Amino acid sequence: MGEAKHTEYRGSIHQRQKELMLKWYECLNQAAETGTPPAVSLMISGNCVELLEAFGAVPIYPEVNALQLAIRHQSLEPILAAEDIGYAPDNCAYVKADIGCYLKGITPTGGKLPKPDLVLCNFVGCNTYVKWFEHTAVLTGSKLYVLDVPFLREQDPGQADIDYVVRQLKELVALLEQITGRKFDYDRFVEAVRCSAQVEELWSQIKHLARRSPSPFDAYFDAITLMGPLYVYRGTQEGVEFFSAALEEMQAKVASGQGVYDQEKFRLVIEGPPPYPYFRTFRDMFAKWKACTVASTYSTVGGLWEFGARHDPDHPFESVALHMLAQNVTNRNYLQRYEQIRRYLEEWNADGLIIHFVKSCRLFSAGQGDMRDYVTKTLGIPTLYIESDLEDPRYFAEAQTRNRVDAFFEALEHSKLTANAV
Amino acid sequence: MLTFERTFEQCQDLIADLSFGPVHRWKEQHPDSRVIGYFPVYAPVEIIHAAGMLPVGLSGGGDRLDIQHADARFGSFICSIVKTTMEMGMRDHLKVFDGVLFSSICDSARNLCFVMKRNFPDLYVDFLHLPHNPSSTASVEFLASEYHRLIKGLERIGDKLVTENGLQQAIALYNRNRQLIRSLYTFRAQKPHLLQAWESYVLMRAGHFMPVEKHNSLLEESLEQLSQRSGKPRDSIRVVVEGAFCEQPPLDLIKLVEDAGCYIVDDDFVIGRSWFVEDVPVDGDPVFALADSYVNRAVYSSVRHDFRAPRWEGLADKVKRSRADAVLFLIAKFCEPAYFDYVLFKKKLEELRVPHMLLEFEEKQFTFDRVRTEVETFVESLVFD
Repeated sequence: MGEAKHTEYRGSIHQRQKELMLKWYECLNQAAETGTPPAVSLMISGNCVELLEAFGAVPIYPEVNALQLAIRHQSLEPILAAEDIGYAPDNCAYVKADIGCYLKGITPTGGKLPKPDLVLCNFVGCNTYVKWFEHTAVLTGSKLYVLDVPFLREQDPGQADIDYVVRQLKELVALLEQITGRKFDYDRFVEAVRCSAQVEELWSQIKHLARRSPSPFDAYFDAITLMGPLYVYRGTQEGVEFFSAALEEMQAKVASGQGVYDQEKFRLVIEGPPPYPYFRTFRDMFAKWKACTVASTYSTVGGLWEFGARHDPDHPFESVALHMLAQNVTNRNYLQRYEQIRRYLEEWNADGLIIHFVKSCRLFSAGQGDMRDYVTKTLGIPTLYIESDLEDPRYFAEAQTRNRVDAFFEALEHSKLTANAV
Repeated sequence: MLTFERTFEQCQDLIADLSFGPVHRWKEQHPDSRVIGYFPVYAPVEIIHAAGMLPVGLSGGGDRLDIQHADARFGSFICSIVKTTMEMGMRDHLKVFDGVLFSSICDSARNLCFVMKRNFPDLYVDFLHLPHNPSSTASVEFLASEYHRLIKGLERIGDKLVTENGLQQAIALYNRNRQLIRSLYTFRAQKPHLLQAWESYVLMRAGHFMPVEKHNSLLEESLEQLSQRSGKPRDSIRVVVEGAFCEQPPLDLIKLVEDAGCYIVDDDFVIGRSWFVEDVPVDGDPVFALADSYVNRAVYSSVRHDFRAPRWEGLADKVKRSRADAVLFLIAKFCEPAYFDYVLFKKKLEELRVPHMLLEFEEKQFTFDRVRTEVETFVESLVFD
């Protein structure tokens, strides 16, 4: 094959995305300097950002901060600072980067991050979340509330699960009223839920465009670009406008037959978070083969909407609870992820599955060998299994990863040629 | 005294038996009954017992199982107990089990639950969500509903309905079991020269493989014989061992720590067997009693989160109560809950000026020379301080 192709989606929404994320960081800076708006630490997965909207509070997402550092090649210094105070080499590096930043006063943009008025651990599936936010609360001296979301151990959440989460959401409302001194604005809450439902519909439509061939965007690498606004602005009119513009741009690309590459040679599903410290390098390994990702599990961490679920303004608390319980990949059980991947492979018409094992995240990675066994043997779809990390640059073996990626596509190309010959 | 020594040997053999011989024998005697294994750390064994089934504690494959298949399913950076449990399933060691129960302790164990569900479709596999927000007024009610869900699941695969009376009897039996284990620990903390940690450990862990009635008798007899034991105190420092609540260290490692000059005066080995700080009420609604005890009267543990009572305060109390000179962190390789807690435990101990040391282990570890040197050096540094 020839030289690596540097290809990524760069439309006007790319620029708009940057502006929105900068605006969020400015808002956090303002909260740090003036104490307004109230700031609440929150996890990405299955978050309840609509509730914060009802208080005019801004979310602090440590995961977004951590990935921003990694993508800018600045994560190692805070990771080492955290290891200096006792964190293990095998602890989640997202946590270490975040804690290390706190210890060293580092922020992704150089602006200030506020002391959280509340550390709100939305515990959805990831046990590391509980530990992480417990440590954050100790370090910052902020109050901690763990919103315990029962894991989806059966196909659908039971009524007891929904009741349990709704009761906690209402306890949280009372706690936020007490902490912020602001009254819960129910109408604003319903409006936020309505905006979320619209954003989810738009995002879902965008994802379904990737079923076309060629796909107008890469549903892993480009989807990650769109995920920032998805988390921060989901419950706002700005979010609706952003995703409306994004859908329009993607539809225009579909109408003109424009794909990610001049020719889409392979269609992939990717499982697992990306290696953020080598994001560009990793992307280029696939660009070289004109391999476009058409669906990814990582882009459903914040919410899984392409199969129809939406927030519901007529049942705001229940639908927030259902979102936390059932509509994000992290709180769904492992076999449900297999099923999600199966649907992607079949309905998005993919040639293969890339499994990226990240050592930091056992939620994603523990058992991916079994997942590979299922996809290869039961579904008969080719898979590539590679290992590195999402935050710690020390675990990315570039040459070895490149060799494995190349070998995978060589084999895939060969099997396509053979199949065509028959 | 000879009988007593033999008891330890027998318990040691039980733990080492990967074919679950005593469980097979129990099943032969109770052909219509079911055997339910439970992955660490805690399980409501009373419910399993009240369903007429034998709850059996799973603790991995120890140092007696080569991993041939499970590595390919779980990859790098995953703890050994997850792999050896899978390996035992893939190599038919778990044939005697009708079901396996998991709970919300960590991400690796949770994924194992569902991987097992796919690979062993004949096995009843269930996952209990144990709440992480005890401060909520809804937690006890939620957990009670979770236990009712489990009861329905067990009734589906068993031949017996779970009754209130049956549950209350089971609670009384397990209360007795926990009392006896507490007595064993109290005895050891008071007279560590008369009961070594490895001895009380094998006595306690043997309960994983036998009906609770039988284990109660074993513990009662052992405590009786202990009272007649005599010996001279050794020149050892008193340590609390923390961090080995799930994957278990090799027995030789526990022995080594003691031989290197430590009295282990308290620990969290198989802590699920002594989960509650006081008896579970036997009157009233037993399911509620179990749920309420979990939420409000359980020991601190790295896999149970209660922000009303931080775990590092629990460790500090344990150190004080057992008059320990130091804490030895014995953490299984890749055990993320233990790694995380180590940071805040360490911070607290340093505030209190309690010396501590960190050792990582794997259940299949078999060379200990480096560890011995480390422990000996640590002990010397305290003795000659």
